[in-house]
Amino acid sequence: MQHKTSFTKAMFAVVWKDLISELRGKELISAMLVFALLVIFIFNFALELDPKTRSALTAGILWVTIIFAGNLGLSRSMAVEKDRGCLDGLLLAPVDRTAIYFGKSLANWIFVLIVALIVLPIYSILYNTNIISPALILVIVLGSEGYVAVGTLLASMSMHARTRDILLPILLFPVILPILIAAVKASAGILNGFPFEDIQTWINLLIVYDIVFTSVAFMVFDSVVEE
Amino acid sequence: MKKPTVLKYLDILSLVALLGATAMVFFYAPTERVMGAVQKVFYFHVAAGWVGMLSFFFAAIAGLLYLLKKKKIWDLVGVAAIEIGIVFILVNIVTGSIWARPIWNTWWTWDPRLTTATIMELVYIAYLMLRQGIDDPERRARFGAVYAIIGFLSVPLTFFSIRIFRTIHPVVIAGTDPTALGAFDMTPAMFQTMMVSIVVFSILFIDLIWHRIRLGKLANHVDELKFNIQD
Repeated sequence: MQHKTSFTKAMFAVVWKDLISELRGKELISAMLVFALLVIFIFNFALELDPKTRSALTAGILWVTIIFAGNLGLSRSMAVEKDRGCLDGLLLAPVDRTAIYFGKSLANWIFVLIVALIVLPIYSILYNTNIISPALILVIVLGSEGYVAVGTLLASMSMHARTRDILLPILLFPVILPILIAAVKASAGILNGFPFEDIQTWINLLIVYDIVFTSVAFMVFDSVVEE
Repeated sequence: MKKPTVLKYLDILSLVALLGATAMVFFYAPTERVMGAVQKVFYFHVAAGWVGMLSFFFAAIAGLLYLLKKKKIWDLVGVAAIEIGIVFILVNIVTGSIWARPIWNTWWTWDPRLTTATIMELVYIAYLMLRQGIDDPERRARFGAVYAIIGFLSVPLTFFSIRIFRTIHPVVIAGTDPTALGAFDMTPAMFQTMMVSIVVFSILFIDLIWHRIRLGKLANHVDELKFNIQD
């Protein structure tokens, strides 16, 4: 039972390790960020975004950008652990293994949020509209939490497969559909200036799925990493 | 391993019952006044959807039991249920399309219920791909179990989506949404036909899953024999 006391400590140690190595290497964030910007530019060319159509599309583009960039980060963050044998070291450590899961999720969540918080003002500048609002940031925080909760779990599974980088989005995208639908609907409502009561349903759904996905991942992570 | 006698009878029973249900659909249930003959697809559409849902539910339960007990049999049940579920949900989607062409005037529409049903199908195709990508059988079973549980969480949304979203998909059972296109009130004969179809498809499901589990066992047995020869 001495594991219990060190749970938060172990979790933050994993987060700290990821943040430090990211701070030194700057591999993940820079790749995610450049990728996110490319996605926005590709959308611009592919959809010929003009002021009339883009207000309806903004929420969708924003979330596709976050999901794609996040997928890049998720598969990378687990591949790093696997390639350099770091994961075995982590699993050997005498701590609750779910602490490792939560540490990795939290670090991934922070990376996704950093990318989102840089993409938002850039999007606003590029399209000359201010899309930043507390409500939208709340939706992004909630939406990316659920995404990262499932994503970290599935990434730790897909890295054992032969086709790991290809497999992760195939596993992840259909499963996070409830999160994506709720997040896009809520964001679209906020961007169109609907009253909060109209958006409430979607935010509630987001919270429900955040809780469901996080707690299920928490329960099954032990059986994913056991060797 | 000889084929069990009960399974033999179950094969015959499901074949006869399926023919009986088909006869009921065509000769017993009355033709719907507005939609005409195409409405008859509804009985097997609902039954296939029911079996699909049931399979995915069983797969999630089997996954849970596998993680708890670590018995190989639960892994076999899980794969069996998912393979059957994929087929039946496909039947469900295709029959829906056949019905929608004359009624909604389109094969496909981006309605939330249709979309979530199809995404559900993709979840379980991803499940098969996950299994294919992992060589170690014990790990394959473990990951499959986890994914079956996570995947099932996206299924309830299909059910609730008709109530949260505005949909054009009719809710025939305990639902009266005036905006749904193609809704109708069931006569007692229609209701009986639907219930019989559901029961018959459930029997068919039991028969198929039994066969599939048996196939899985035999495949494991063959693997063991091959392994013994190599030694």
